[in-house]
Amino acid sequence: MMTALQLAQTGAGATFLQTLVKALALGSVYVLIALGFVIVFKATQVLNFAAGAIAMAGAMFMSILISDGGIPLLPFDNPLAPAEGEAASIPMWGVHVLIALVFAALFGLVLERVAIRPMVGQPLFAMAVVTLGIEVAVRPFNLDATALESRNLGVPWKAETWELAGAIVPKSYVAAVVLAAIGSTAVLLFFRSRLGVAMRAVAFDQEAAMAQGINVGRVFAIAWGLGAALAALGAITYGMAPFPPGGNVSQEIHPILAFRVLPVIVLGGLDSIAGAIVGGVMIASAEIFAGQYLSQYNDTLGSGYSTIVPYLVMLVVLVVRPFGIFGTPEIRRV
Amino acid sequence: MLEIANLEVVYNEVILVLRGLSLEVPDGKIVALLGSNGAGKTTTARAITGLLDVHEGKATKGSVTWKGEEISERIPAHIVQAGIAQVMEGRRIFAELTVDENLSCGAFTNRSNMSANYDRVMELFPRLKERNKQVAGYLSGGEQQMLAIGRALMAEPELLILDEPSLGLAPMLIEQIRNIIVDINKQGVSVLLIEQNAMMALSIADFGYVMESGKVVMDGPAQKLLNDEDVQEFYLGLHAEGERKSFRDVKHYKRRKRWLS
Repeated sequence: MMTALQLAQTGAGATFLQTLVKALALGSVYVLIALGFVIVFKATQVLNFAAGAIAMAGAMFMSILISDGGIPLLPFDNPLAPAEGEAASIPMWGVHVLIALVFAALFGLVLERVAIRPMVGQPLFAMAVVTLGIEVAVRPFNLDATALESRNLGVPWKAETWELAGAIVPKSYVAAVVLAAIGSTAVLLFFRSRLGVAMRAVAFDQEAAMAQGINVGRVFAIAWGLGAALAALGAITYGMAPFPPGGNVSQEIHPILAFRVLPVIVLGGLDSIAGAIVGGVMIASAEIFAGQYLSQYNDTLGSGYSTIVPYLVMLVVLVVRPFGIFGTPEIRRV
Repeated sequence: MLEIANLEVVYNEVILVLRGLSLEVPDGKIVALLGSNGAGKTTTARAITGLLDVHEGKATKGSVTWKGEEISERIPAHIVQAGIAQVMEGRRIFAELTVDENLSCGAFTNRSNMSANYDRVMELFPRLKERNKQVAGYLSGGEQQMLAIGRALMAEPELLILDEPSLGLAPMLIEQIRNIIVDINKQGVSVLLIEQNAMMALSIADFGYVMESGKVVMDGPAQKLLNDEDVQEFYLGLHAEGERKSFRDVKHYKRRKRWLS
Protein backbone atom coordinates (compact mmCIF):
# COMPACT_ATOMS: atom_id res chain seq x y z
CA MET A 1 0.00 0.00 0.00
CA MET A 2 2.67 2.37 1.13
CA THR A 3 5.02 1.50 -1.69
CA ALA A 4 2.30 1.86 -4.26
CA LEU A 5 1.57 5.35 -3.05
CA GLN A 6 5.27 6.24 -3.13
CA LEU A 7 5.54 4.87 -6.61
CA ALA A 8 2.61 6.94 -7.75
CA GLN A 9 4.25 9.98 -6.19
CA THR A 10 7.60 9.39 -7.88
CA GLY A 11 5.69 8.84 -11.09
CA ALA A 12 4.07 12.24 -10.78
CA GLY A 13 7.36 13.75 -9.64
CA ALA A 14 9.21 12.27 -12.58
CA THR A 15 6.61 13.55 -15.00
CA PHE A 16 6.91 16.97 -13.49
CA LEU A 17 10.71 16.91 -13.63
CA GLN A 18 10.66 15.74 -17.21
CA THR A 19 8.20 18.47 -18.17
CA LEU A 20 10.26 21.06 -16.35
CA VAL A 21 13.47 20.08 -18.12
CA LYS A 22 11.71 20.14 -21.46
CA ALA A 23 10.28 23.58 -20.68
CA LEU A 24 13.70 24.89 -19.70
CA ALA A 25 15.26 23.48 -22.85
CA LEU A 26 12.66 24.96 -25.16
CA GLY A 27 12.91 28.15 -23.13
CA SER A 28 16.65 28.20 -23.84
CA VAL A 29 15.97 28.14 -27.57
CA TYR A 30 13.50 30.98 -27.19
CA VAL A 31 15.93 32.93 -25.03
CA LEU A 32 18.72 32.72 -27.61
CA ILE A 33 16.57 33.84 -30.52
CA ALA A 34 14.87 36.50 -28.41
CA LEU A 35 18.29 37.89 -27.44
CA GLY A 36 19.04 38.25 -31.14
CA PHE A 37 15.84 40.25 -31.50
CA VAL A 38 16.61 42.36 -28.46
CA ILE A 39 20.14 43.27 -29.54
CA VAL A 40 18.92 44.50 -32.90
CA PHE A 41 16.03 46.32 -31.29
CA LYS A 42 18.18 47.95 -28.64
CA ALA A 43 20.53 49.38 -31.21
CA THR A 44 18.19 50.25 -34.03
CA GLN A 45 14.69 50.37 -32.46
CA VAL A 46 13.62 48.03 -35.22
CA LEU A 47 11.84 44.73 -34.75
CA ASN A 48 13.89 42.34 -36.86
CA PHE A 49 11.32 40.22 -38.63
CA ALA A 50 14.11 38.51 -40.56
CA ALA A 51 15.44 36.81 -37.42
CA GLY A 52 13.75 33.53 -38.25
CA ALA A 53 15.18 33.32 -41.75
CA ILE A 54 18.65 34.35 -40.57
CA ALA A 55 18.50 31.80 -37.76
CA MET A 56 17.60 29.01 -40.11
CA ALA A 57 20.32 30.07 -42.51
CA GLY A 58 22.76 29.87 -39.59
CA ALA A 59 21.65 26.34 -38.76
CA MET A 60 22.13 25.42 -42.43
CA PHE A 61 25.66 26.81 -42.36
CA MET A 62 26.27 24.46 -39.43
CA SER A 63 24.88 21.52 -41.34
CA ILE A 64 26.97 22.36 -44.42
CA LEU A 65 30.09 22.60 -42.28
CA ILE A 66 29.67 19.41 -40.34
CA SER A 67 27.69 16.95 -42.38
CA ASP A 68 28.49 18.06 -45.94
CA GLY A 69 32.10 18.87 -45.04
CA GLY A 70 31.96 22.09 -47.02
CA ILE A 71 32.25 25.80 -46.39
CA PRO A 72 29.00 27.77 -46.59
CA LEU A 73 28.66 29.95 -49.71
CA LEU A 74 32.21 29.09 -50.84
CA PRO A 75 33.46 26.25 -53.05
CA PHE A 76 35.93 24.83 -50.54
CA ASP A 77 36.08 21.74 -48.36
CA ASN A 78 36.01 22.05 -44.63
CA PRO A 79 39.35 20.61 -43.43
CA LEU A 80 38.02 20.15 -39.89
CA ALA A 81 34.95 18.15 -40.82
CA PRO A 82 34.68 14.64 -39.36
CA ALA A 83 35.17 11.74 -41.76
CA GLU A 84 32.16 10.42 -43.65
CA GLY A 85 29.86 8.48 -41.38
CA GLU A 86 31.70 9.47 -38.21
CA ALA A 87 30.38 11.79 -35.54
CA ALA A 88 32.42 14.78 -34.38
CA SER A 89 33.79 14.84 -30.86
CA ILE A 90 32.07 17.28 -28.53
CA PRO A 91 34.87 19.92 -28.57
CA MET A 92 35.13 19.64 -32.33
CA TRP A 93 31.38 20.07 -32.64
CA GLY A 94 31.66 23.18 -30.47
CA VAL A 95 34.32 24.57 -32.79
CA HIS A 96 32.01 23.99 -35.73
CA VAL A 97 29.20 25.77 -33.93
CA LEU A 98 31.52 28.75 -33.46
CA ILE A 99 32.49 28.75 -37.14
CA ALA A 100 28.83 28.55 -38.13
CA LEU A 101 28.08 31.50 -35.84
CA VAL A 102 30.85 33.49 -37.48
CA PHE A 103 29.30 32.81 -40.87
CA ALA A 104 25.88 33.78 -39.53
CA ALA A 105 27.36 37.02 -38.17
CA LEU A 106 28.95 37.78 -41.54
CA PHE A 107 25.63 37.06 -43.17
CA GLY A 108 24.00 39.52 -40.78
CA LEU A 109 26.66 42.13 -41.59
CA VAL A 110 26.06 41.76 -45.31
CA LEU A 111 22.30 42.06 -44.89
CA GLU A 112 22.76 45.14 -42.75
CA ARG A 113 25.11 46.76 -45.25
CA VAL A 114 22.89 46.03 -48.22
CA ALA A 115 19.41 46.55 -46.85
CA ILE A 116 19.49 48.39 -43.54
CA ARG A 117 22.30 50.97 -43.80
CA PRO A 118 20.61 52.91 -46.60
CA MET A 119 17.59 53.22 -44.32
CA VAL A 120 19.42 54.97 -41.47
CA GLY A 121 17.45 58.05 -40.47
CA GLN A 122 14.31 56.83 -42.24
CA PRO A 123 11.11 56.11 -40.32
CA LEU A 124 11.33 53.01 -38.14
CA PHE A 125 8.27 51.51 -39.72
CA ALA A 126 9.96 51.58 -43.11
CA MET A 127 12.97 49.83 -41.63
CA ALA A 128 10.79 47.16 -40.05
CA VAL A 129 9.18 46.51 -43.39
CA VAL A 130 12.62 46.16 -44.95
CA THR A 131 13.40 43.41 -42.43
CA LEU A 132 10.18 41.73 -43.46
CA GLY A 133 11.46 41.93 -47.03
CA ILE A 134 14.73 40.27 -45.99
CA GLU A 135 12.75 37.49 -44.40
CA VAL A 136 10.77 36.92 -47.58
CA ALA A 137 13.95 37.02 -49.67
CA VAL A 138 15.98 34.60 -47.53
CA ARG A 139 13.21 32.13 -46.79
CA PRO A 140 13.00 30.48 -50.24
CA PHE A 141 16.71 29.61 -50.14
CA ASN A 142 16.26 27.99 -46.74
CA LEU A 143 13.17 26.11 -47.77
CA ASP A 144 14.64 25.04 -51.11
CA ALA A 145 17.75 23.71 -49.45
CA THR A 146 15.71 21.59 -47.09
CA ALA A 147 12.88 20.73 -49.47
CA LEU A 148 13.89 17.18 -50.40
CA GLU A 149 15.53 16.04 -47.22
CA SER A 150 16.26 17.60 -43.90
CA ARG A 151 19.89 18.37 -43.17
CA ASN A 152 21.75 16.73 -40.36
CA LEU A 153 23.46 18.81 -37.68
CA GLY A 154 25.85 16.07 -36.59
CA VAL A 155 25.06 16.44 -32.91
CA PRO A 156 27.59 14.21 -31.12
CA TRP A 157 25.22 13.05 -28.39
CA LYS A 158 22.43 12.36 -30.89
CA ALA A 159 19.30 11.46 -28.92
CA GLU A 160 21.05 10.00 -25.86
CA THR A 161 19.46 10.53 -22.49
CA TRP A 162 20.27 10.51 -18.81
CA GLU A 163 17.97 9.16 -16.18
CA LEU A 164 17.36 11.33 -13.19
CA ALA A 165 15.03 10.25 -10.37
CA GLY A 166 12.89 8.29 -12.76
CA ALA A 167 12.73 11.12 -15.29
CA ILE A 168 14.28 10.81 -18.72
CA VAL A 169 16.48 13.80 -19.46
CA PRO A 170 17.84 14.05 -22.99
CA LYS A 171 21.41 15.31 -23.13
CA SER A 172 20.40 17.88 -25.72
CA TYR A 173 18.07 19.54 -23.26
CA VAL A 174 20.91 20.07 -20.84
CA ALA A 175 23.14 21.27 -23.65
CA ALA A 176 20.46 23.75 -24.69
CA VAL A 177 20.34 25.22 -21.20
CA VAL A 178 24.13 25.46 -21.08
CA LEU A 179 24.32 27.17 -24.47
CA ALA A 180 21.60 29.63 -23.50
CA ALA A 181 23.40 30.40 -20.25
CA ILE A 182 26.63 31.09 -22.14
CA GLY A 183 24.80 33.21 -24.70
CA SER A 184 22.95 35.28 -22.10
CA THR A 185 26.07 35.89 -20.05
CA ALA A 186 27.95 37.03 -23.13
CA VAL A 187 25.15 39.44 -24.03
CA LEU A 188 24.92 40.81 -20.49
CA LEU A 189 28.66 41.42 -20.41
CA PHE A 190 28.53 43.00 -23.83
CA PHE A 191 25.99 45.60 -22.75
CA ARG A 192 28.22 46.63 -19.86
CA SER A 193 31.08 47.27 -22.27
CA ARG A 194 31.70 50.58 -23.95
CA LEU A 195 30.27 49.34 -27.22
CA GLY A 196 27.16 48.09 -25.46
CA VAL A 197 26.58 51.43 -23.75
CA ALA A 198 27.16 53.18 -27.07
CA MET A 199 24.60 50.88 -28.64
CA ARG A 200 21.99 51.92 -26.10
CA ALA A 201 22.88 55.56 -26.68
CA VAL A 202 22.41 55.13 -30.42
CA ALA A 203 19.03 53.54 -29.80
CA PHE A 204 17.94 56.45 -27.65
CA ASP A 205 19.09 59.35 -29.82
CA GLN A 206 21.00 58.70 -33.00
CA GLU A 207 21.95 62.28 -33.68
CA ALA A 208 23.18 62.94 -30.15
CA ALA A 209 25.15 59.70 -30.29
CA MET A 210 26.78 60.82 -33.53
CA ALA A 211 27.66 64.12 -31.89
CA GLN A 212 29.59 62.15 -29.24
CA GLY A 213 31.69 60.60 -31.97
CA ILE A 214 29.92 57.25 -31.98
CA ASN A 215 29.93 55.74 -35.45
CA VAL A 216 26.28 54.84 -35.79
CA GLY A 217 26.74 52.75 -38.91
CA ARG A 218 29.30 50.57 -37.20
CA VAL A 219 27.07 50.12 -34.16
CA PHE A 220 24.22 49.01 -36.44
CA ALA A 221 26.52 46.54 -38.17
CA ILE A 222 27.72 45.06 -34.89
CA ALA A 223 24.16 44.73 -33.63
CA TRP A 224 23.11 42.88 -36.76
CA GLY A 225 26.14 40.65 -36.67
CA LEU A 226 25.58 39.70 -33.04
CA GLY A 227 21.84 39.36 -33.53
CA ALA A 228 22.34 37.00 -36.46
CA ALA A 229 24.88 34.91 -34.54
CA LEU A 230 22.54 34.57 -31.55
CA ALA A 231 19.60 33.67 -33.74
CA ALA A 232 21.72 31.03 -35.48
CA LEU A 233 22.78 29.59 -32.13
CA GLY A 234 19.09 29.39 -31.22
CA ALA A 235 18.31 27.54 -34.43
CA ILE A 236 21.22 25.12 -33.98
CA THR A 237 20.04 24.46 -30.44
CA TYR A 238 16.56 23.80 -31.69
CA GLY A 239 17.95 21.43 -34.29
CA MET A 240 19.46 19.17 -31.62
CA ALA A 241 17.98 15.71 -31.34
CA PRO A 242 14.91 15.41 -29.13
CA PHE A 243 13.35 18.67 -30.23
CA PRO A 244 10.57 17.94 -32.71
CA PRO A 245 12.51 17.82 -36.03
CA GLY A 246 15.13 15.58 -34.40
CA GLY A 247 18.76 16.53 -35.02
CA ASN A 248 18.07 18.13 -38.36
CA VAL A 249 17.34 21.40 -40.01
CA SER A 250 14.06 20.86 -41.76
CA GLN A 251 11.28 22.97 -43.13
CA GLU A 252 9.38 22.78 -39.89
CA ILE A 253 11.99 24.80 -38.11
CA HIS A 254 11.32 28.00 -39.97
CA PRO A 255 7.87 29.08 -38.75
CA ILE A 256 8.85 28.21 -35.19
CA LEU A 257 11.88 30.45 -35.28
CA ALA A 258 10.17 33.22 -37.13
CA PHE A 259 7.06 33.72 -35.08
CA ARG A 260 7.09 31.73 -31.87
CA VAL A 261 9.61 34.09 -30.36
CA LEU A 262 7.38 37.11 -30.86
CA PRO A 263 5.35 36.38 -27.67
CA VAL A 264 8.63 35.99 -25.79
CA ILE A 265 9.90 39.45 -26.60
CA VAL A 266 6.51 41.04 -26.15
CA LEU A 267 6.24 39.45 -22.72
CA GLY A 268 9.75 40.33 -21.67
CA GLY A 269 9.89 43.78 -23.18
CA LEU A 270 11.48 44.47 -26.54
CA ASP A 271 14.58 46.14 -25.18
CA SER A 272 15.31 44.07 -22.10
CA ILE A 273 17.92 41.33 -21.80
CA ALA A 274 16.41 40.13 -18.54
CA GLY A 275 13.03 40.24 -20.22
CA ALA A 276 14.20 38.01 -23.05
CA ILE A 277 15.57 35.48 -20.58
CA VAL A 278 12.60 35.42 -18.21
CA GLY A 279 10.11 35.76 -21.05
CA GLY A 280 11.66 32.86 -22.93
CA VAL A 281 11.49 30.53 -19.96
CA MET A 282 7.97 31.65 -19.04
CA ILE A 283 6.50 31.26 -22.50
CA ALA A 284 8.16 27.87 -22.99
CA SER A 285 6.90 26.74 -19.58
CA ALA A 286 3.37 27.84 -20.37
CA GLU A 287 3.51 26.00 -23.65
CA ILE A 288 5.08 22.77 -22.39
CA PHE A 289 3.16 22.54 -19.14
CA ALA A 290 -0.14 23.23 -20.89
CA GLY A 291 0.79 20.53 -23.38
CA GLN A 292 1.57 18.06 -20.60
CA TYR A 293 -1.11 18.71 -18.03
CA LEU A 294 -4.08 19.69 -20.15
CA SER A 295 -3.68 16.77 -22.54
CA GLN A 296 -6.71 15.02 -21.07
CA TYR A 297 -8.86 17.80 -22.54
CA ASN A 298 -7.40 17.20 -25.97
CA ASP A 299 -10.82 16.48 -27.41
CA THR A 300 -12.26 19.81 -26.36
CA LEU A 301 -9.18 21.92 -26.96
CA GLY A 302 -8.14 20.28 -30.19
CA SER A 303 -4.71 18.84 -30.90
CA GLY A 304 -1.80 21.25 -30.97
CA TYR A 305 -3.54 23.65 -28.61
CA SER A 306 -0.29 24.11 -26.69
CA THR A 307 1.26 26.08 -29.54
CA ILE A 308 -1.48 28.67 -29.14
CA VAL A 309 -0.74 29.25 -25.47
CA PRO A 310 2.20 31.64 -26.12
CA TYR A 311 0.01 33.86 -28.26
CA LEU A 312 -2.70 33.93 -25.60
CA VAL A 313 -0.08 35.05 -23.09
CA MET A 314 1.10 37.70 -25.54
CA LEU A 315 -2.45 38.99 -25.96
CA VAL A 316 -2.90 39.41 -22.22
CA VAL A 317 0.48 41.11 -21.83
CA LEU A 318 -0.25 43.56 -24.63
CA VAL A 319 -3.44 44.59 -22.91
CA VAL A 320 -2.04 44.83 -19.39
CA ARG A 321 1.57 45.94 -19.85
CA PRO A 322 2.28 46.98 -23.44
CA PHE A 323 5.98 47.56 -22.76
CA GLY A 324 6.44 44.08 -21.29
CA ILE A 325 7.48 42.92 -17.86
CA PHE A 326 10.97 44.36 -18.00
CA GLY A 327 10.67 46.78 -20.88
CA THR A 328 11.63 50.40 -20.40
CA PRO A 329 8.61 52.58 -19.88
CA GLU A 330 9.23 55.94 -21.43
CA ILE A 331 11.25 58.08 -19.04
CA ARG A 332 9.76 61.49 -18.61
CA ARG A 333 10.33 64.12 -15.98
CA VAL A 334 7.10 65.53 -14.63
CA MET B 1 41.81 77.65 -35.04
CA LEU B 2 38.45 77.10 -36.66
CA GLU B 3 37.69 79.06 -39.79
CA ILE B 4 34.46 79.15 -41.70
CA ALA B 5 34.55 80.98 -45.02
CA ASN B 6 31.58 81.83 -47.21
CA LEU B 7 29.65 78.80 -46.08
CA GLU B 8 26.39 78.05 -47.80
CA VAL B 9 24.09 75.35 -46.48
CA VAL B 10 21.00 74.06 -48.20
CA TYR B 11 18.39 71.82 -46.59
CA ASN B 12 16.44 69.35 -48.69
CA GLU B 13 18.15 70.81 -51.73
CA VAL B 14 15.88 73.85 -51.71
CA ILE B 15 15.99 75.73 -48.44
CA LEU B 16 18.99 78.03 -48.31
CA VAL B 17 19.79 78.53 -44.66
CA LEU B 18 23.34 79.83 -44.54
CA ARG B 19 24.23 82.32 -47.22
CA GLY B 20 27.90 82.94 -47.17
CA LEU B 21 28.65 82.77 -43.47
CA SER B 22 32.18 83.52 -42.38
CA LEU B 23 33.58 83.41 -38.90
CA GLU B 24 36.59 82.26 -37.01
CA VAL B 25 37.32 80.94 -33.54
CA PRO B 26 40.94 81.58 -32.53
CA ASP B 27 42.66 79.15 -30.15
CA GLY B 28 41.93 79.70 -26.49
CA LYS B 29 39.23 82.31 -27.02
CA ILE B 30 35.51 82.43 -26.35
CA VAL B 31 33.58 83.53 -29.39
CA ALA B 32 29.89 84.33 -29.16
CA LEU B 33 27.52 83.74 -32.04
CA LEU B 34 24.31 85.67 -31.55
CA GLY B 35 21.12 85.80 -33.50
CA SER B 36 17.39 85.40 -33.25
CA ASN B 37 15.37 82.30 -34.01
CA GLY B 38 15.94 80.91 -37.46
CA ALA B 39 19.06 82.93 -38.11
CA GLY B 40 21.01 79.74 -38.78
CA LYS B 41 23.01 79.41 -35.57
CA THR B 42 22.29 75.74 -35.01
CA THR B 43 22.87 75.02 -38.68
CA THR B 44 26.30 76.58 -38.28
CA ALA B 45 27.01 74.20 -35.41
CA ARG B 46 25.83 71.25 -37.46
CA ALA B 47 27.98 72.28 -40.38
CA ILE B 48 31.04 72.28 -38.14
CA THR B 49 30.35 68.93 -36.48
CA GLY B 50 29.20 67.06 -39.57
CA LEU B 51 25.61 66.59 -38.50
CA LEU B 52 24.04 68.20 -41.56
CA ASP B 53 23.49 64.81 -43.18
CA VAL B 54 21.01 63.75 -40.53
CA HIS B 55 18.84 66.72 -41.43
CA GLU B 56 19.15 66.32 -45.17
CA GLY B 57 21.38 69.36 -45.25
CA LYS B 58 24.39 69.96 -47.44
CA ALA B 59 27.20 72.49 -47.53
CA THR B 60 27.07 73.63 -51.14
CA LYS B 61 29.70 76.37 -51.05
CA GLY B 62 32.47 77.61 -48.85
CA SER B 63 34.70 75.79 -46.44
CA VAL B 64 35.08 74.79 -42.82
CA THR B 65 38.71 74.40 -41.83
CA TRP B 66 40.04 73.20 -38.52
CA LYS B 67 43.76 73.58 -37.91
CA GLY B 68 44.17 74.22 -41.60
CA GLU B 69 42.34 71.09 -42.71
CA GLU B 70 39.02 71.02 -44.50
CA ILE B 71 36.51 69.12 -42.35
CA SER B 72 33.15 69.76 -43.98
CA GLU B 73 33.15 66.36 -45.72
CA ARG B 74 34.16 64.35 -42.67
CA ILE B 75 31.85 62.14 -40.64
CA PRO B 76 30.98 63.29 -37.10
CA ALA B 77 33.12 60.63 -35.41
CA HIS B 78 36.26 61.87 -37.17
CA ILE B 79 35.49 65.48 -36.31
CA VAL B 80 35.14 64.59 -32.64
CA GLN B 81 38.43 62.74 -32.87
CA ALA B 82 40.02 65.81 -34.40
CA GLY B 83 39.13 67.73 -31.23
CA ILE B 84 35.77 69.42 -31.74
CA ALA B 85 32.98 68.52 -29.34
CA GLN B 86 29.49 69.86 -29.28
CA VAL B 87 26.84 70.40 -26.63
CA MET B 88 23.67 70.18 -28.63
CA GLU B 89 20.70 72.46 -28.34
CA GLY B 90 18.15 71.10 -25.90
CA ARG B 91 20.85 69.11 -24.05
CA ARG B 92 20.01 65.81 -25.75
CA ILE B 93 21.33 63.66 -22.94
CA PHE B 94 20.65 59.92 -23.09
CA ALA B 95 17.73 59.90 -20.66
CA GLU B 96 17.57 56.13 -20.27
CA LEU B 97 21.24 55.79 -19.38
CA THR B 98 22.82 56.62 -16.06
CA VAL B 99 25.00 59.68 -15.57
CA ASP B 100 28.16 57.57 -15.71
CA GLU B 101 27.04 55.81 -18.86
CA ASN B 102 26.29 59.16 -20.49
CA LEU B 103 29.80 60.30 -19.69
CA SER B 104 31.24 57.07 -20.99
CA CYS B 105 29.48 57.70 -24.32
CA GLY B 106 31.14 61.09 -24.44
CA ALA B 107 34.48 59.37 -24.07
CA PHE B 108 33.80 57.01 -26.95
CA THR B 109 36.54 58.45 -29.13
CA ASN B 110 38.95 59.09 -26.32
CA ARG B 111 39.35 56.05 -24.15
CA SER B 112 42.94 56.42 -23.07
CA ASN B 113 42.48 59.44 -20.80
CA MET B 114 39.04 58.48 -19.64
CA SER B 115 39.64 58.38 -15.89
CA ALA B 116 41.54 61.68 -15.89
CA ASN B 117 38.79 63.32 -17.93
CA TYR B 118 36.16 61.81 -15.68
CA ASP B 119 37.84 63.32 -12.62
CA ARG B 120 38.06 66.67 -14.38
CA VAL B 121 34.35 66.63 -15.18
CA MET B 122 33.46 65.62 -11.64
CA GLU B 123 35.56 68.46 -10.31
CA LEU B 124 33.72 70.93 -12.53
CA PHE B 125 30.33 69.47 -11.67
CA PRO B 126 30.24 68.12 -8.10
CA ARG B 127 26.47 67.69 -8.49
CA LEU B 128 27.02 64.96 -11.05
CA LYS B 129 29.26 63.09 -8.67
CA GLU B 130 26.44 62.80 -6.13
CA ARG B 131 24.16 61.40 -8.78
CA ASN B 132 26.52 59.37 -10.92
CA LYS B 133 24.47 56.17 -10.71
CA GLN B 134 21.13 57.84 -11.36
CA VAL B 135 19.17 57.60 -14.57
CA ALA B 136 19.92 60.82 -16.41
CA GLY B 137 16.32 61.45 -17.41
CA TYR B 138 15.43 62.22 -13.81
CA LEU B 139 18.01 64.97 -13.33
CA SER B 140 16.84 68.57 -13.12
CA GLY B 141 17.20 70.81 -16.14
CA GLY B 142 20.33 72.47 -14.85
CA GLU B 143 21.92 69.15 -13.96
CA GLN B 144 21.09 67.82 -17.39
CA GLN B 145 22.83 70.80 -18.96
CA MET B 146 25.86 70.13 -16.75
CA LEU B 147 25.79 66.51 -17.83
CA ALA B 148 25.60 67.52 -21.48
CA ILE B 149 28.63 69.79 -21.06
CA GLY B 150 30.47 67.15 -19.05
CA ARG B 151 29.75 64.54 -21.69
CA ALA B 152 31.23 66.76 -24.37
CA LEU B 153 34.29 67.40 -22.23
CA MET B 154 34.93 63.66 -21.91
CA ALA B 155 36.18 63.76 -25.51
CA GLU B 156 38.88 66.17 -24.30
CA PRO B 157 38.09 68.70 -27.03
CA GLU B 158 40.21 71.64 -28.09
CA LEU B 159 37.11 73.42 -29.32
CA LEU B 160 33.79 73.21 -27.50
CA ILE B 161 30.66 74.30 -29.31
CA LEU B 162 27.83 75.18 -26.95
CA ASP B 163 24.42 75.55 -28.55
CA GLU B 164 22.13 77.59 -26.31
CA PRO B 165 23.35 76.32 -22.95
CA SER B 166 21.14 78.84 -21.15
CA LEU B 167 17.95 77.63 -22.79
CA GLY B 168 15.19 77.07 -20.25
CA LEU B 169 17.34 77.64 -17.18
CA ALA B 170 16.71 79.93 -14.21
CA PRO B 171 18.88 83.09 -14.00
CA MET B 172 20.94 81.68 -11.14
CA LEU B 173 21.69 78.53 -13.09
CA ILE B 174 22.61 80.58 -16.15
CA GLU B 175 25.11 82.40 -13.97
CA GLN B 176 26.53 79.06 -12.85
CA ILE B 177 26.80 77.70 -16.39
CA ARG B 178 28.47 80.94 -17.45
CA ASN B 179 31.12 80.60 -14.77
CA ILE B 180 31.71 77.01 -15.80
CA ILE B 181 32.23 78.05 -19.40
CA VAL B 182 34.84 80.53 -18.22
CA ASP B 183 36.53 77.79 -16.17
CA ILE B 184 36.58 75.43 -19.12
CA ASN B 185 38.06 78.16 -21.29
CA LYS B 186 40.76 78.80 -18.71
CA GLN B 187 41.80 75.17 -19.04
CA GLY B 188 42.73 76.00 -22.63
CA VAL B 189 39.60 74.98 -24.52
CA SER B 190 38.36 77.39 -27.17
CA VAL B 191 34.63 77.96 -27.02
CA LEU B 192 32.10 78.80 -29.67
CA LEU B 193 29.10 79.98 -27.68
CA ILE B 194 25.87 80.06 -29.61
CA GLU B 195 23.28 82.06 -27.72
CA GLN B 196 20.13 84.09 -27.82
CA ASN B 197 20.96 85.41 -24.40
CA ALA B 198 23.30 88.12 -25.67
CA MET B 199 24.05 89.64 -22.29
CA MET B 200 25.28 86.35 -20.89
CA ALA B 201 27.27 85.46 -24.00
CA LEU B 202 28.92 88.83 -24.54
CA SER B 203 29.81 89.19 -20.87
CA ILE B 204 32.30 86.35 -21.14
CA ALA B 205 33.19 86.31 -24.84
CA ASP B 206 36.29 87.83 -26.39
CA PHE B 207 34.69 88.33 -29.73
CA GLY B 208 31.15 88.27 -31.03
CA TYR B 209 29.28 87.72 -34.26
CA VAL B 210 25.69 88.70 -34.88
CA MET B 211 23.81 86.61 -37.42
CA GLU B 212 20.68 87.40 -39.29
CA SER B 213 19.02 85.16 -41.87
CA GLY B 214 22.09 83.10 -42.61
CA LYS B 215 24.70 85.81 -42.66
CA VAL B 216 26.96 87.60 -40.26
CA VAL B 217 25.69 91.15 -40.14
CA MET B 218 27.93 92.52 -37.46
CA ASP B 219 31.07 91.45 -35.69
CA GLY B 220 33.56 92.88 -33.29
CA PRO B 221 35.11 92.56 -29.86
CA ALA B 222 32.49 91.62 -27.28
CA GLN B 223 32.82 94.93 -25.43
CA LYS B 224 32.17 96.89 -28.59
CA LEU B 225 29.08 94.85 -29.39
CA LEU B 226 27.78 95.32 -25.86
CA ASN B 227 27.96 99.06 -26.32
CA ASP B 228 26.49 98.99 -29.80
CA GLU B 229 23.15 100.73 -30.05
CA ASP B 230 21.56 98.19 -32.33
CA VAL B 231 22.66 95.20 -30.29
CA GLN B 232 21.34 96.90 -27.17
CA GLU B 233 18.10 97.55 -28.93
CA PHE B 234 17.58 94.07 -30.36
CA TYR B 235 19.18 91.71 -27.93
CA LEU B 236 19.42 93.49 -24.64
CA GLY B 237 16.08 95.28 -24.77
CA LEU B 238 17.65 98.55 -23.65
CA HIS B 239 16.39 101.85 -24.90
CA ALA B 240 15.74 105.32 -23.62
CA GLU B 241 13.11 105.34 -20.92
CA GLY B 242 9.61 106.41 -21.76
CA GLU B 243 10.26 106.37 -25.44
CA ARG B 244 8.15 104.01 -27.51
CA LYS B 245 9.93 102.31 -30.30
CA SER B 246 8.41 101.09 -33.48
CA PHE B 247 10.03 98.43 -35.58
CA ARG B 248 9.68 100.79 -38.51
CA ASP B 249 12.30 103.02 -36.99
CA VAL B 250 14.75 100.26 -36.51
CA LYS B 251 17.33 100.17 -39.19
CA HIS B 252 18.29 96.93 -40.83
CA TYR B 253 21.80 95.75 -40.71
CA LYS B 254 23.74 95.76 -43.89
CA ARG B 255 27.11 94.22 -43.83
CA ARG B 256 29.46 96.28 -45.93
CA LYS B 257 32.46 94.11 -45.69
CA ARG B 258 32.52 91.57 -48.49
CA TRP B 259 34.67 88.58 -49.07
CA LEU B 260 36.52 87.70 -52.24
CA SER B 261 36.18 91.12 -53.80
